[in-house]
Amino acid sequence: MSDEPKTYASPGDDPLQRVRAMIQFTPQAQALRMEVTKIEPARVWGLVPYREELIGDPETGVIAGGVITTFLDTLCGTAAVAAMEHPTTVATIDLRIDYMRPATPKRDVLAEAHCYKLGRSVAFVRAVAYDETPDNPIAHVAAAFMVNSSSGRKFGANLRGKK
Amino acid sequence: MNPQQRVAAAIERIPYARFLGIRAELKGDELTLVMPFSQHLVGNPLLPALHGGVVGALLEVTALTQLAIASKSERFPKTVDIGIDYLRSGKPVDTFARAKVVKIGRRIANVQAEAWQGERTQPIATLHGHFMTPETEEQAG
Repeated sequence: MSDEPKTYASPGDDPLQRVRAMIQFTPQAQALRMEVTKIEPARVWGLVPYREELIGDPETGVIAGGVITTFLDTLCGTAAVAAMEHPTTVATIDLRIDYMRPATPKRDVLAEAHCYKLGRSVAFVRAVAYDETPDNPIAHVAAAFMVNSSSGRKFGANLRGKK
Repeated sequence: MNPQQRVAAAIERIPYARFLGIRAELKGDELTLVMPFSQHLVGNPLLPALHGGVVGALLEVTALTQLAIASKSERFPKTVDIGIDYLRSGKPVDTFARAKVVKIGRRIANVQAEAWQGERTQPIATLHGHFMTPETEEQAG
């Protein structure tokens, strides 16, 4: 580990700072201007600001489902990391998203995620997206993540050859 | 332009599809969506790998569009639920996606989609989803 650059997975930092750094290291989370607003062990809260660029239905101005997918995937991943004593990398195995209603146009999308089971290999996370209160949800997600997903993979692994 | 071509062209007018850089290629009634690699799509900068969310988003847009084509509607259906399985990390190269409409019911349609990069037989992610069929939406107002 000693020859690895200092990254979001470096332990010992303040948890909120650590997950914020994790978001800063994620270009797509930056492109969405995603923020993490609060953290507790195994739980995180965050938001994606409403912006015209993210509209999925030009007639209504409703934000695209894909924005919610990406936001909830990222937030669930950070919740899994927030559940760890020694943070490591995670990779999504699967996501299931239920859409209850369209997001309200011009409102930021808020969400909270909870890692309700952290195993040695797999973390299970639930999250809910809303624009006012969690009891009027836009979407609900259940996700599974591989824990320590980068083990045995070198930096730049995807830039080289096959597999 | 026939209705299928109009739907394919409509994707490129969706702000979020432009944000991702998605392009549509239509051959007859079969649609392939192309998401050229771009730095802002990265989720893991160390490997580097595409963000799973954008791969999921590409699959969802593909499913919605193929369903609009199959149901001869020019409106995009509404998503009820989607399940995405991640099979391989997305490399920093172009990604392609195609969808198959399994069933169009009276109210709900079932659609499957697949995303791949170098080889069609090595998908990086698959999606299955349920969507409101366009007629239902019109009746529901």
